Amino acid sequence: MTSDHAAMTSDHAVDIDKHVRVYITVFVALMILTIVTVAISRLHLSVPIAVTVALLVAIIKGSLVACYFMHLISEKKLIYAVLTLTAFFFAALLALPVFTHSNGYWIE
Amino acid sequence: MEIPYTVELRRDTGLNNGKIGIWLFLASEVMLFGALFASYILIRTGAPSWPRGDTILDVPLATFNTIVLIGSSVTMVMAWASLMRRRFGTYRIYMGATILLGFVFLVVKYFEYTHKFHDGLFPSSNNFLAIYFTLTGLHMLHVFGGMVVNAYFWGPGAKLWKTNPAWFTNRVEHSGLFWHFVDLVWIFLFPTLYLL
Repeated sequence: MTSDHAAMTSDHAVDIDKHVRVYITVFVALMILTIVTVAISRLHLSVPIAVTVALLVAIIKGSLVACYFMHLISEKKLIYAVLTLTAFFFAALLALPVFTHSNGYWIE
Repeated sequence: MEIPYTVELRRDTGLNNGKIGIWLFLASEVMLFGALFASYILIRTGAPSWPRGDTILDVPLATFNTIVLIGSSVTMVMAWASLMRRRFGTYRIYMGATILLGFVFLVVKYFEYTHKFHDGLFPSSNNFLAIYFTLTGLHMLHVFGGMVVNAYFWGPGAKLWKTNPAWFTNRVEHSGLFWHFVDLVWIFLFPTLYLL
């Protein structure tokens, strides 16, 4: 449900009430996950494991924000198409360092 | 001339133009921060040694700021929900709280930065601090920008509510999308810079 459907009916009001309950639940989940993030860092895990776990928790938190606060869970196809393209180029951008040589340059 | 598709949906996309516009803008923002995250990975993996963020940075302050920013995302979405319920007074309270929380975030960052400068730690000191100041500085600019837009919709821009409430509600939703994006970026910045 988005503000595109701003006509106020009683059904609509009930819908928004449901949304508000979801927002509160997501907020509590985000608070818990923030504490989990800090707690895990105190365990002093090896760098590869620490990076994996921290990014995993961050991805869960980010997904909650995107899906519920940004309403991506119920968006139109065009928005998904734009974001799929963005995700592809974002992944390519992050992968660039992987394909560089160990000296940091493209050519040895 | 009237701006088309501010409230009514386009037949071809099923969206109003503002919604498409903000998502395309956010896509470009993903690439901006993506380039800096890629730089971070490149610099870190290429460095002979790399400090743990918590040995240099203030984790309790950053944790507090994370809670503040997530809290501001909730107040932002509640501001939009208030407009959907046609409760303008409640909207003003939630939007005011969002702006205030954004301000708290910036004040905490100010103390973090001045503490670093006082200790002689600058962007030029080492690669870790260079990427820390660049990423968090750019993020702070986004927080400030979001606050300016939100303040406009809290104050003078709110006049639109009287003449076209549906359009105003859409505008608040779109500024909210930007604000949530800023929160989302911080969710990744916090562990990357402070905890790893």
